[in-house]
Amino acid sequence: MHELSLVASIVDAVTESVSAYPGARVKEVRLRVGALAAVIEESLQFCYGIATEDTPLQGSALIVTVVPVGGHCPSCARDVEIASLQSFRCPLCCGPVENVRQGRELEIESIEIEDAEETVQS
Amino acid sequence: MTTRIVELRQGILKKNDELARELRGRFTAAGVLVLNLVSSPGTGKTAFLERTLRELRENGARVAALVGDLETDNDARRLAASGAPVRQINTHGICHLEAEMVSRHLEGWELADLDYLFIENVGNLVCPSSYDLGERIRVALLSVTEGEDKPLKYPTLFNSADAAVITKIDIAAAVDFDRALALQSIDAIRPGIRVFETSSRTGAGMAEWLDYLRQQRAAQK
Repeated sequence: MHELSLVASIVDAVTESVSAYPGARVKEVRLRVGALAAVIEESLQFCYGIATEDTPLQGSALIVTVVPVGGHCPSCARDVEIASLQSFRCPLCCGPVENVRQGRELEIESIEIEDAEETVQS
Repeated sequence: MTTRIVELRQGILKKNDELARELRGRFTAAGVLVLNLVSSPGTGKTAFLERTLRELRENGARVAALVGDLETDNDARRLAASGAPVRQINTHGICHLEAEMVSRHLEGWELADLDYLFIENVGNLVCPSSYDLGERIRVALLSVTEGEDKPLKYPTLFNSADAAVITKIDIAAAVDFDRALALQSIDAIRPGIRVFETSSRTGAGMAEWLDYLRQQRAAQK
């Protein structure tokens, strides 16, 4: 439901980054989104098309990589991945998993840009 | 034509996260325990908070509340009847509170004069989970009328909670509430979390809840 706010933040952050490359066009924006981030990719893509109009991101592709959920199992003393969002227990010992950090990511990993000057010369 | 990859590795909610960290620092320095209350619309957050504010004040604690809603200041007026300072945050369509809204509505309040600050989020079990408000404790509330499997349906929110409160326990029998199943659902999503079974009408469970608040405040110092 808050995908439009997220996309607006992405547009702001990317626009700020490409301001260092005058006239450059953004071709691709790569995101890392945690499986526990409560974000629906379809909705993100839909909002992206609208929010990028008349910005340096217009026409660019949004590529989303989903990060699985992971945390720490104190009894096994190791970090583990959680396969199902219906049970936050260690896949090895069934003990409770603490500190679920991995899987909440909402991160812009990188952007691919096309330089303006080079385009003019070719 | 040259293309290049620029690494950003930047959180989409970076601005909110930075501001929330700053708020958390201010709250800790002032010695105020801050709680963020999250649930569906209709769970009884406001009724639960009304009772909490009233009982804390009767015990001599200094309390205040910020309450988020899309429109209206009805909840703020209800809460203000407790005598505690209360401010309404109207989000005008935004489905969650953000750190900036909290920061803006704290202006003029002396945080060091408070023991507890409650932030009642907009009724929503999805979006508020992504927005850190600088709170120490996130409380997920669930009423006996909502279905025992609600935590399984909204794992993102329930997994991010530090405590869970079951509300309207006084009508549990009338709605065939399956207590064991509800506790099992909460434990599946957030193993080991403290669960309080409460009624804002009868006061059931409030003593345990208030004890918990006092312990958490003492632990923060």
